[in-house]
Amino acid sequence: MPFLTWDGQRVEMRPTETVLDALLRVGVPLSHSCRAGVCQSCLLHATQGAAPQGSQAGLKPTLAGQGYFLACVCRPDQDLTAELPGPGVRTITRLVAKSWLSETVLRVALECDEPLHHRAGQYLTLFRIDGLSRSYSIASLPDGMIIELHVRVIPNGRMSNWLAGTANPGTELTAQGPAGNCFYMPGAPEQPLLLVGTGTGLAPLYGIVRDALGQGHTGPIWLYHGALDERGLYLVHELEELAARHPHFRYRPALLSRDGPLPQVLQAAHPKLAGWRGFVCGDPQIVDVLKKRLFLAGMASREINSDAFVPTASPG
Amino acid sequence: MPTLYEQLGGSAAVEAAVDVFYRKVLIDDRISRFFDGVDMDRQIAKQKAFLTMAFGGPANYTGQDMRRGHAHLVERGLNDSHFDAVVELLGASLTELGVAPDLIAQVAAIAESTRADVLGR
Ligand SMILES: Cc1cc2nc3c(=O)[nH]c(=O)nc-3n(C[C@H](O)[C@H](O)[C@H](O)COP(=O)(O)OP(=O)(O)OC[C@H]3O[C@@H](n4cnc5c(N)ncnc54)[C@H](O)[C@@H]3O)c2cc1C
Ligand code: HEM
Ligand code: FES
Repeated sequence: MPFLTWDGQRVEMRPTETVLDALLRVGVPLSHSCRAGVCQSCLLHATQGAAPQGSQAGLKPTLAGQGYFLACVCRPDQDLTAELPGPGVRTITRLVAKSWLSETVLRVALECDEPLHHRAGQYLTLFRIDGLSRSYSIASLPDGMIIELHVRVIPNGRMSNWLAGTANPGTELTAQGPAGNCFYMPGAPEQPLLLVGTGTGLAPLYGIVRDALGQGHTGPIWLYHGALDERGLYLVHELEELAARHPHFRYRPALLSRDGPLPQVLQAAHPKLAGWRGFVCGDPQIVDVLKKRLFLAGMASREINSDAFVPTASPG
Repeated sequence: MPTLYEQLGGSAAVEAAVDVFYRKVLIDDRISRFFDGVDMDRQIAKQKAFLTMAFGGPANYTGQDMRRGHAHLVERGLNDSHFDAVVELLGASLTELGVAPDLIAQVAAIAESTRADVLGR
């Protein structure tokens, strides 16, 4: 089996083991969350040897070209020397404000030292000082030094409860990114757009819709926000106001308790989606069902953009 | 003499066929349960690999790979009737895209040649 060199230590890989498994096995407390190659918490830099291509899926070409890879999906076929990401890949941010958007959704504003150059809808990976890491979508437009996130506080959730509780203005967090391909691309201003999200899946969509409108999109834009009941909705007033100012933008809250399951709501309202572009964000199972719904209604697979909020793998 | 893959239009033909074919698979009650994988993007990538192979394109798979790749499906009951359904939907997709019947017959013959491996016999 190939050898992994980390901080001068040589570790022989075991069959089927990933680089993350091997490092955790020998006691290196490497940050990780999803263990599925999605959140990019476990990003590493290969200084010698080449990481297999599959472990670079989803990385920006500039990072992949420099030998970065995701440890949780990396099963090397040759000896590899790896280290933590260098400066330039991560930046320091400061928490500047928190407020509640609903009973369970917290708005978190972070200030960066340099602009992030993100596209609305991409996500960041945040690292607490002890290495705990989680990804959050960016709800704000790339127009300043303030980054806005929508964090759903879940029972016993380590990062979300810390953000809602102990973390105070001034607290520093390391941010990595931006990453992700779920964003608006100009070039087809008349194409109808369908944005669908559940829960805090609204965060990237709230960025994407304002980005599309700001870039002069003229085709119809529909935004569906799915929730169990009224209490799951947030930014209702802001979205209604946006719709009032832009007649081609329609905002549709969809409540399970009132309107039934979201896929059925979409099937009834939009049975034919050939020629449309879609953006789907939120809980992974729902995202997959919704993507298949759009696809079966005729939307081309390459027109379907999505971000699945893959949760932390246990044990995490 | 251009290869079958070239006559069909190469990777552009795969791109054109994949949505049509995968939509048929997803709504076909005979076989859709085998394709219930959670991630649609990954399924699309696998469908492209399937089509490239059936079109006589650059195949990265051996008969052994086909055996291994479908073994978990054979365990779940994959049999000749499902194999026939896939070949049928493949033909229907190509017909819908306006591919000439003699080319479709060649595609069907390539698919047919993998039957024993796919069904693990
Ligand atoms: C690309 C990407 C983008 C994301 N964007 C956002 C975003 O914009 N806003 C946002 O709020 N989250 C987002 N997430 C999810 C986020 O990264 C965390 O998983 C989430 O905040 C929970 O972290 P935690 O530390 O609070 O909980 P953990 O300590 O990780 O989890 C505690 C327990 O809760 C369970 N759990 C985890 N998630 C859920 C859930 N959704 N519902 C019920 N139980 C759960 C876990 O399995 C575990 O048992 C995103 C994830 C990814 C991969
Ligand atoms: C007709 C001949 C067939 C050929 C040439 C073929 C070829 C392939 C190829 C190349 C892959 C991708 C393997 C990979 O990259 O992992 C694949 C995967 C798959 N095939 Fe087939 N296949 C055939 C028949 C079938 C049939 C009859 C079924 C079921 C009805 C089926 C179901 C699947 C499924 C579900 C996968 C994905 C498996 C996974 O998720 O790992 N295939 N096939
Ligand atoms: S990408 Fe490796 S832990 Fe999430």
